[in-house]
Amino acid sequence: MKIHEYQAKEIFAKYGIPVPEGQMVTEVGDVRRFFEEKGGPVVVKAQIHAGGRGKGGGVKFTPTVEEAEQAAKDIMGMTLITHQTGPEGKLVQRLLVEKAANIDREMYLGFVMDRETSRVAIIASTEGGVEIEKVAAETPEKIIKIWIDPAVGLMPFQAREVCFKLGLEGTAFKGGVKMLQNLYRMFVEEDASMAEINPMIVTKEGEAMALDAKVNFDDNAAFRQKHHVELRDISEEDPLEVEASKFDLNYIKLDGKVGCMVNGAGLAMATMDLIKQCGSEPANFLDVGGSASAEGVENAFRILMSDKDVKCVLINIFGGIVRCDKVANGVVEAIRNIGNVEVPIVVRLEGTNAKEGLEIINNSGLNFHTAQGFADAAKKAADLAEGIGGA
Amino acid sequence: MAILLKEHTKVMVQGLGKEGQFHAEKMLECGTKVVAGIRPGKAGQDVLGIPCFNTVADAKAATGANASIIFVPSPFAADAVMEAIDAELELVVLITEGIPTLDMVKVKNKLKNSKTNLIGPNCPGIITPGVGKMGILPVSIFMPGKCGVISRSGTLTYEVAAQLTAVGIGQSTCIGIGGDPVIGTSHRDALEMFNNDPDTDMVALIGEIGGTDEEIAAEYIKNHMTKPVVAFIAGSTAPKGKRMGHAGAIIAGGKGTAAEKKEALRAAGVAVADSPADVGVTAKRILEG
Ligand SMILES: Nc1ncnc2c1ncn2[C@@H]1O[C@H](COP(=O)(O)OP(=O)(O)O)[C@@H](O)[C@H]1O
Ligand SMILES: [Mg+2]
Repeated sequence: MKIHEYQAKEIFAKYGIPVPEGQMVTEVGDVRRFFEEKGGPVVVKAQIHAGGRGKGGGVKFTPTVEEAEQAAKDIMGMTLITHQTGPEGKLVQRLLVEKAANIDREMYLGFVMDRETSRVAIIASTEGGVEIEKVAAETPEKIIKIWIDPAVGLMPFQAREVCFKLGLEGTAFKGGVKMLQNLYRMFVEEDASMAEINPMIVTKEGEAMALDAKVNFDDNAAFRQKHHVELRDISEEDPLEVEASKFDLNYIKLDGKVGCMVNGAGLAMATMDLIKQCGSEPANFLDVGGSASAEGVENAFRILMSDKDVKCVLINIFGGIVRCDKVANGVVEAIRNIGNVEVPIVVRLEGTNAKEGLEIINNSGLNFHTAQGFADAAKKAADLAEGIGGA
Repeated sequence: MAILLKEHTKVMVQGLGKEGQFHAEKMLECGTKVVAGIRPGKAGQDVLGIPCFNTVADAKAATGANASIIFVPSPFAADAVMEAIDAELELVVLITEGIPTLDMVKVKNKLKNSKTNLIGPNCPGIITPGVGKMGILPVSIFMPGKCGVISRSGTLTYEVAAQLTAVGIGQSTCIGIGGDPVIGTSHRDALEMFNNDPDTDMVALIGEIGGTDEEIAAEYIKNHMTKPVVAFIAGSTAPKGKRMGHAGAIIAGGKGTAAEKKEALRAAGVAVADSPADVGVTAKRILEG
């Protein structure tokens, strides 16, 4: 789960990580009030679930109250396009207005799950404010990487090592060490999957501070992080994906024409791949889960049908413990319940009771296209979506 | 004699709830030696004729069980695995999905220098056709044979296994290693076991986008593998930054694409099928030289 910068900074503050004094606003007028109360200069920042806002014009430094107000007017309501939003961009509905820091140096600090070592890794660099992937690719020697033993946690010597390598001194060094320790404590206690401070800065006054904050939480830990629910901003998510998540369906909207309904994530990806090889494009990723229940199938179908780009639906079910005849009944029932489904539907059933399942499909009186095998199914669906042949 | 799940494997079930019982019964039906169940506080009771114990250590001492399959719900799953590792079981299969990653980080740490091989979490389990299964895989699509199968996913594993059965090759052992970012047994670990198994003539490796497990496997194949390997990588069409169902299946920071993985495997001499429908025929072509 992703959260906004202002929310991440509130959490940072709770864990003793210094951040600029600031306030989230949804009304442009509140920016003026903040400026007049706290004094300037301030920085006005678009709050969207994506980085790279500075380059995209979503972060403005403003020394006067008039400029602050103008910046707020400009940014609020704009569609911000950054390298992380995709070409369609994201609508800005919230701003963070905060006191401008007196930046001496910008650095990078991140905590991530490192899959190769199965440990939390600290990634740091003297090159802050820029994309860390770029630094890693172009100047890998400027990346500091340290792994944390989960049995003992982040040791002080490790935090010191990172801060020495970042070239911190005096009060900034002390503050940096503390910041690392507090950030690790936050990471573990809040079940984060990523925590990134880019830039982490040293101010002219010699204080280490987090100027940006990006935190993702591990969805699997939601059961023990109940307070995270309040941090979710569903206006940042795709509406169809939000709808699907209500039914525990795993759905991701894509750009193609073939709506896919598959049981199992791996098979769902493989189905998308095969559709592309057959000359069309998948409209979505959709895993209806291992059980593929009638209710699940019906909900899935409604979501596929509300995507107007879908020209054909491919149902690819590999029955295991779930029997295909049961799934077939679910599919038939779902389509009867929804009524007037006009797009062609290709069905492929394999595995346990596949024959019985196909009989149900064929005897339903509904207009299904049945397929012999995986490749045949994908070919038929792709052709139907592209209007090729009469499949 | 296949790998991990063999004739000598005696299984206990941790988490004998509704799901655990359902699958324990299926495991018994195909000949798996299921000898004990763990139900804290209910020692002395029977479920499906399986004696229940309070702790893994008790069950091991009383029945000689050397393996465990875990269906315990995600909040308590890490604790259950720790208990099994502590009791020095040889093989633990963790079916549970949705375990917090930081819990798995601790489990993985405890696995080091332990006597336990962990498969999973978030996996369909393991089957040695003709011997037994620990997991939720449908027995009917498998056939005793010569090809080892390693896969991160569930139904895609079945798809490939069914293809291997259809072309008459069959499987020595089939392992679903799981789709999470932190898992017990990696592609590379399983490859090494198959490489050392006299009953395995070739291996089918089914990978997917995300992480670098397949690249590490390719490195192992290049340097050590003496048997042919066929592969398929799912997710060529997956967009960057979107998680494709499995927590581990995500192209992040420009890394973990299907193209990179295929290239690494091809460079290591692996026959990579571009179509998921062609793994069986590709395997047959290679086996027949
Ligand atoms: N409170 C602040 N005071 C001074 N400069 C800031 C402040 N917040 C951001 N900046 C500057 O703006 C740049 C971009 O802001 P940041 O929060 O990193 O957004 P993004 O990473 O999305 O571009 C920072 O690298 C920093 O130089
Ligand atoms: Mg930034």
